[in-house]
Amino acid sequence: MALNGMEIYKILPKKNCKECGFPTCLAFAMKLAQGGTQAEKCPYMSDEAKDKLAEATAPPMRTVTFGAGEKTYSLGGETVLFRHEKTFVNKPRFAVIFDDTESTDNVEKKINHINTVNYTRISEEMYVEIAAFRCSSQDKQKFISLIKKVTSECKKIVPMIITENPDIASAAAEEFAALGPIIYGANEQNYEAMVGIAKKHNLLLGVKAENQAKLYDLVQKIQNTDYKELLLDAGGRSLKTAFDNAVNIRRTALLSKDRTFGYPTAAFVCDMTQDKMMEIAMATLFIEKYASVIVLSDMDYSMALPLFAIRQNIYTDPQRPMRIEQGIYRIGQADEQSPLLVTVDFALTYFIVSGEVERSKVPSWILIPDAGGYSVLTAWASGKLNAKSIAKAIKDFEAESKLKTRELIIPGKVAVLKSDIEDELPGWKVIVGPREASSLTAFLKEYRQESAS
Amino acid sequence: MDYKKPSQKFTGKIREVTVGSGLKLGGESVLPFYTFDGDTGAKPAVGMEIWDVFPKSWPQSLKDIFGEYADDPVKWAKFCIEKYNPDFICIRFEGANPEGDDKSPEDCAKTAERLSREVSIPLMIAGCDSNEKNAKIFVKIAEALPDKNYVFLSAVEANYKEIGAACGMAYGNIVSAESSVDLNLAKQLNILITQLGVKPEKMVMNPGCAAVGYGFEYVVTTMDRIRLAALDQNDATLQLPIISPVSFETWKAKESIATEDDMPEWGDQEERGIAMEVSTAAGVLAAGSNAVILRHPKSVEIIRKFIDELL
Ligand code: B12
Ligand code: SF4
Repeated sequence: MALNGMEIYKILPKKNCKECGFPTCLAFAMKLAQGGTQAEKCPYMSDEAKDKLAEATAPPMRTVTFGAGEKTYSLGGETVLFRHEKTFVNKPRFAVIFDDTESTDNVEKKINHINTVNYTRISEEMYVEIAAFRCSSQDKQKFISLIKKVTSECKKIVPMIITENPDIASAAAEEFAALGPIIYGANEQNYEAMVGIAKKHNLLLGVKAENQAKLYDLVQKIQNTDYKELLLDAGGRSLKTAFDNAVNIRRTALLSKDRTFGYPTAAFVCDMTQDKMMEIAMATLFIEKYASVIVLSDMDYSMALPLFAIRQNIYTDPQRPMRIEQGIYRIGQADEQSPLLVTVDFALTYFIVSGEVERSKVPSWILIPDAGGYSVLTAWASGKLNAKSIAKAIKDFEAESKLKTRELIIPGKVAVLKSDIEDELPGWKVIVGPREASSLTAFLKEYRQESAS
Repeated sequence: MDYKKPSQKFTGKIREVTVGSGLKLGGESVLPFYTFDGDTGAKPAVGMEIWDVFPKSWPQSLKDIFGEYADDPVKWAKFCIEKYNPDFICIRFEGANPEGDDKSPEDCAKTAERLSREVSIPLMIAGCDSNEKNAKIFVKIAEALPDKNYVFLSAVEANYKEIGAACGMAYGNIVSAESSVDLNLAKQLNILITQLGVKPEKMVMNPGCAAVGYGFEYVVTTMDRIRLAALDQNDATLQLPIISPVSFETWKAKESIATEDDMPEWGDQEERGIAMEVSTAAGVLAAGSNAVILRHPKSVEIIRKFIDELL
């Protein structure tokens, strides 16, 4: 629980020596309670008081980590319920579930999907971060050999070891400790043993109970053993209960400021439905509100395209739109005869357009004027993208010396700018391109053929 | 210490608006699907999009489903209703586009009238890309279909006067106020339309929509803020149900329209299209949408079930 200024004052040395930079201990306490200074500024505090304070002034939701080396991920650490209040910091990670009793065909299929879904979207690499292994067989060897197979074939994944049997958990943790796995399955009965395993290897521990109240009790007990690397699961495998859990665990931490629930949660979407499209709908909900590990039955492109995209959207900093530097960009071996396209400096738009131009294999130039960091229509509607800003970019970035052609391809959505630009840039001809970048490949091929003939 | 479940009680409430003769939208006094906090109001509605002209530009998988019926909006609507049972039909007058078929307002009104006569569920009337033309066709359609409580999508800053006066006032239908992903713009347009004399129970809003991955974060954040202003700050100007034309956006995205030849590694095109539609719909519903417009029957089935399971 957070302490208020008076409560903090009570545990200070009360020397009023000013060494902390405040006139009195009380003033220091008040500032500390607001988060305006750090406890370390007082050199005379007892260790016990320091611990108490560290606890009291820590953020409401703990940041925990899992994985190893380059594949280390943070979860939690959120401070707001809505992204406009500040920003969401640690995006949820996707897991694909494997069961040690499922068919080899299924396992192969999922391995193949995990290895295929690996692409870049607006400079973020998209891939499945976790493979979740459920031990249904209760056969230690069988379980471990499945994990071995998948982790050796899918190089990027971190395993999540799901079992409530401490003996199996311990063996698996031992075997895969170097990958920094998540150990999942501490419950009311086994938590002491499970905490022991997690502590030994310093692993993130999944804690599971039947409902929120029981989970709350269990987390308190685990905290009393002094282990705080936790991932929570309040049971509930219907969408309604799971949503209730995700929202209320997060609200308990951030609104009630109760750190018993100040940990990230997992949503087992794979257990809530058999339908892939329903999984997508549910996972979307949990990306917005408020799961940190989302366990799916599989991850093919139809799932990945919307889910990684919305995750990327929701976890961008709302205060900082992603912007591309203005300039003239060369795609492929573009030369003085290559097509010149104009787009905007909004990162999303630029990456979509440049991606399509690359895919067309037609070497081209892309001109980025100052468009305020907005999408094509937003920039146009706000007056940032117009004949003047485009003409200025042509001059500033010396398009006329880089190119012999005097043709400029503009986005179809701003076809209305054609004659204005031609007025602004004597000697230039404006070609109206397609409305969507997805038609650019066909368009550019045809355009090149026409120019050649 | 025992667990105390938190809750967020608000003083504000979203206005309940009746579309057609009995489809209720809104009425909630809590955040979307927060059944644990209080009254979630009417169930969000799921509608299907049809066009007044044959949808040549739609992906083949959709034409395989609707193609046989899509040369006539009445046949098309009936097929959707009998087979997929949507809460409403949204007819989009793409054929009115001045850069396309440029159908006259009278033509459009005839189509709408015929549809209304033959179809028993509520209608939403959407226009084409031209605000100017939309004002003209909406006025005619509203005149032909007075007091039906149909929703007209949408009135924007450039045409709200004509549309508000005709649809919302003279002919007793419902005006949807459309703004561009900004709380203040939404608020301002709602106020302007109310000042014209349109009653709030004859209004809904569309504060902007986008497909997941395409500026969708702005849509979610704008909707979050609008809902919090309506519920927490009791801002009456924002207490209107929200309609999200999801299909208008998602079926333009590359993920939905790239064929398997274009993108071999992406796999089945139809699945990708449904996936984009389903994800976007779930995403806006979780941010406060009271009705979504969809194209693919599978999306309708999934989203309906998604809503039912959450409420
Ligand atoms: C997110 C968003 C915003 C965000 C801005 C995000 C950003 N950085 O741009 C915010 C909330 C800030 C915003 C603000 C505004 N917005 Co805005 N916004 C949107 C929204 C929802 C999505 C835009 C987006 O990200 N699209 C995705 C990108 C990738 O699309 P794109 O840039 O067009 O690129 C595609 C194509 O154009 C093409 N392409 C791109 N470059 C090129 C180049 C060539 C050569 C070719 C061939 C093709 C091509 O490829 C891309 C993929 O197909 C749209 C509605 C919508 N659903 O589209 C409205 C929208 C663009 N906004 C609009 C408006 C009016 C505004 C405001 C002016 C509102 C106002 N009055 O204040 C403000 C302006 C900003 C300001 N304060 O000055 C209108 C524009 C209306 C119009 N037709 O002119 C829209 C269409 C909403 C609407 N229906 O009313 N907006
Ligand atoms: S340094 Fe410590 S003891 Fe000295 S005034 Fe500050 S709080 Fe008090």
